[in-house]
Amino acid sequence: MTDVTPTAEDFSPATSSISVEQISRPSLSYWQDAWIRLKKNTRAIISLYIVLSLAFFTLLGPIFWNVDPSLQDLNQISQAPSLPKTAVLVGQYQRWSGIVLEDFPAEPADYPDSVDAVTDLRPFELATTQQVRLVWNPVVGAAGYNIYRNQRLPENFNDLGLPLGSTYGGNEVSYEDRLSLESRPYYYAVVPTDGLDEYEVYTVIEVTPSMIITLAEASDRQLIKDANVAQTGTALKLEFHPFGTDYLGRDMLARLMQGARVSLFIGIVAPFIYVIMGIVYGGFAGYFGGTIDSLLMRFADFVVALPFLLFMILFKIAFGIGPGESGIFPMLIALVLLLWPATARLVRGQVLQIREQGYIEAARLLGAKPHYLILRHIIPNTMGVILVTLTFAVPAAIFTEAFLSFIGMGVAPPTPSWGSMCNEGVKTMLSHPHELIFPAVFISITVLAFNLLGDGLTEALDSRMRSRE
Amino acid sequence: MLAYTLKRLLAGVITVWFIATATFIAMHQVPGDPLMNDKAVSAEIRKNLEQKYGLDKPVVEQYFIFLGNMLEGDFGISFTQQNRRVNDIIRDHFPVSATLGILAVFFAASGGILWGALTAIYRNRTPDIVIMFLVILGISVPSFVFAALGQLLLVNINSLLGQSVIPVAGWGTISHMLMPSLVLGLGTMALLTRLMRSSMLEIVNEDYIKTARAKGLSPMRIFFRHQLRNAILPVITVLGPQIAAITTGGFVVELVFAIPGLGRYFVQAVQQLDYTVIMGTTVFYGAFLVLMVIIVDVLYGFVDPRVRLQ
Repeated sequence: MTDVTPTAEDFSPATSSISVEQISRPSLSYWQDAWIRLKKNTRAIISLYIVLSLAFFTLLGPIFWNVDPSLQDLNQISQAPSLPKTAVLVGQYQRWSGIVLEDFPAEPADYPDSVDAVTDLRPFELATTQQVRLVWNPVVGAAGYNIYRNQRLPENFNDLGLPLGSTYGGNEVSYEDRLSLESRPYYYAVVPTDGLDEYEVYTVIEVTPSMIITLAEASDRQLIKDANVAQTGTALKLEFHPFGTDYLGRDMLARLMQGARVSLFIGIVAPFIYVIMGIVYGGFAGYFGGTIDSLLMRFADFVVALPFLLFMILFKIAFGIGPGESGIFPMLIALVLLLWPATARLVRGQVLQIREQGYIEAARLLGAKPHYLILRHIIPNTMGVILVTLTFAVPAAIFTEAFLSFIGMGVAPPTPSWGSMCNEGVKTMLSHPHELIFPAVFISITVLAFNLLGDGLTEALDSRMRSRE
Repeated sequence: MLAYTLKRLLAGVITVWFIATATFIAMHQVPGDPLMNDKAVSAEIRKNLEQKYGLDKPVVEQYFIFLGNMLEGDFGISFTQQNRRVNDIIRDHFPVSATLGILAVFFAASGGILWGALTAIYRNRTPDIVIMFLVILGISVPSFVFAALGQLLLVNINSLLGQSVIPVAGWGTISHMLMPSLVLGLGTMALLTRLMRSSMLEIVNEDYIKTARAKGLSPMRIFFRHQLRNAILPVITVLGPQIAAITTGGFVVELVFAIPGLGRYFVQAVQQLDYTVIMGTTVFYGAFLVLMVIIVDVLYGFVDPRVRLQ
């Protein structure tokens, strides 16, 4: 045996030479991983951008488009979408006595079987949307003239369009048209008559009235500040309605923005509230289990069995809609009351599943209290499923709102929502399709975006998908 | 199976009672009462009217009277449509709504299964992409837009042919029913197509399909006997709730196509607070839906032997 005298060096830590396995990739949390997978899904990302721009449209839109959505302008009912229009400022309408030739007989000496068509049909002065004045050369043998207006070029004598009026006398060779003129091409036709019957000849000209606005109207519509200062003959910018106007002349774009506030408010807030209610209810039932669970779930089953739309209508009325109220809150309450059980069931199922997992057992063995378990382990692990439910609940709520507003049981006028705008638009679908198309397209795009986003989230959050890559 | 059915029926009865109670409570929450719609009546007439309709009794007593009458199958007399019994309203107008709903479910189910199977066969090829695009459209466009477009289509067809071949609105003949029920079923059809597609694709990878293929069965036989039959199961499961959604969702279609269904009476009754009509239609609808879900569940047991064992 040799004596070993330990030195201080022997007690210093040894240097380890065993190489630890290198983790080649940075560790990712569940959410980081889900985000990476969501980014690969083009459709979901496009939908996400659509949702974000909708939020932008709703929240910031009114700042950039500062037009009162409830301002009615009965001069501009159901205007189609258009580019900005300008109009020339003019004074008041001046009466026009017309032109009566003195050197021409009012009644012809004899009535021939046929006459020539009028010649040199032309507008007198500038044709404007205030008045179109026509003059022409008289026809020998005519005792009067009929004037027609058409919106397209007449094909034959029977296609002259709207009969505007007649002049009585072969020497009355002018006509003034003031019948709701717009700035678009018109085809005027003049037909000589013998005082009663028409000769089958006609002359056509195309006239496009230029847009004008009177001083009085301009100051009424607050386009000019002071009618006394303003100069006639200057060009004036008219109100710009990029999406047209509705049946009361309200700006569609402003109404779509305000309607978006209503539709998206109901569509996002209602699901948010009832999903939280469902989490609490379902989490409670699932965590405690046993009698409490079966009692709570039996009650949820009853609520699910209520005929949804009938009760939406009934509850919405029951929670009161007084004069001056928009009916948004009753609808919100009705949605929450009827739709929470679906989330409750889902969360309960999840909780029942997670409760049996090994890591919950482990946490409990380490002395975790129930509230810690629920808050720290169970709820975070159900978040994925809940997020997906929430995404799909938004389009469902928007649909319900639109549906109810469409049958007239939703938000009360004058508050616009996309659904009630569709309801108004469907009545004039054939003549003014833009009043139905715009709100319908907005509903569809919103619902589409949320649905595709939901699909993308389902795939991204599904932990089974992780192993496949 | 019989015990299961009976158990479900008993639960159904309790559910209907719950629906009736919830309706009663919600209805009495609405400010005002059905007699307020009429022109101002003197206190004496009002008292007589209240007596006639039993409104002078305490609410709790009214509730029990109503429950008793309901058990006898009598929903009472309408407040606003003079001397018209609620039972008559339901008998006259429910068949219309039901026909519309059943046709819509038929369109939705047959279309959904057909398109779903097609997309699964042509997975990621042109027919699949086209159909799935239409499906997304069908899910995202509200039913009233489809209804309006459907009407527009009919108008154009009629004006093209120069005569009214398919009526644009109204009710009565089969040609009246086609467009409304198609429009009503469209959303559900899109949903079922999606479901059918995913369930078909899931089943392709199942072991029993591989076994069948290994046995040398013809592709047609595998497709019809093994794949299709199993893929339809999830579709049947959602059919119960979807029937419910379709029958009540008929409101809008009834409105647009001017169909004399029950939906219109319900909306009218709620606006006029016609207590008996509200109660009658809601309870009747509720019972109908509960019954539908039970029937679908029981049928499911017949289709899928695995459910029967439980």
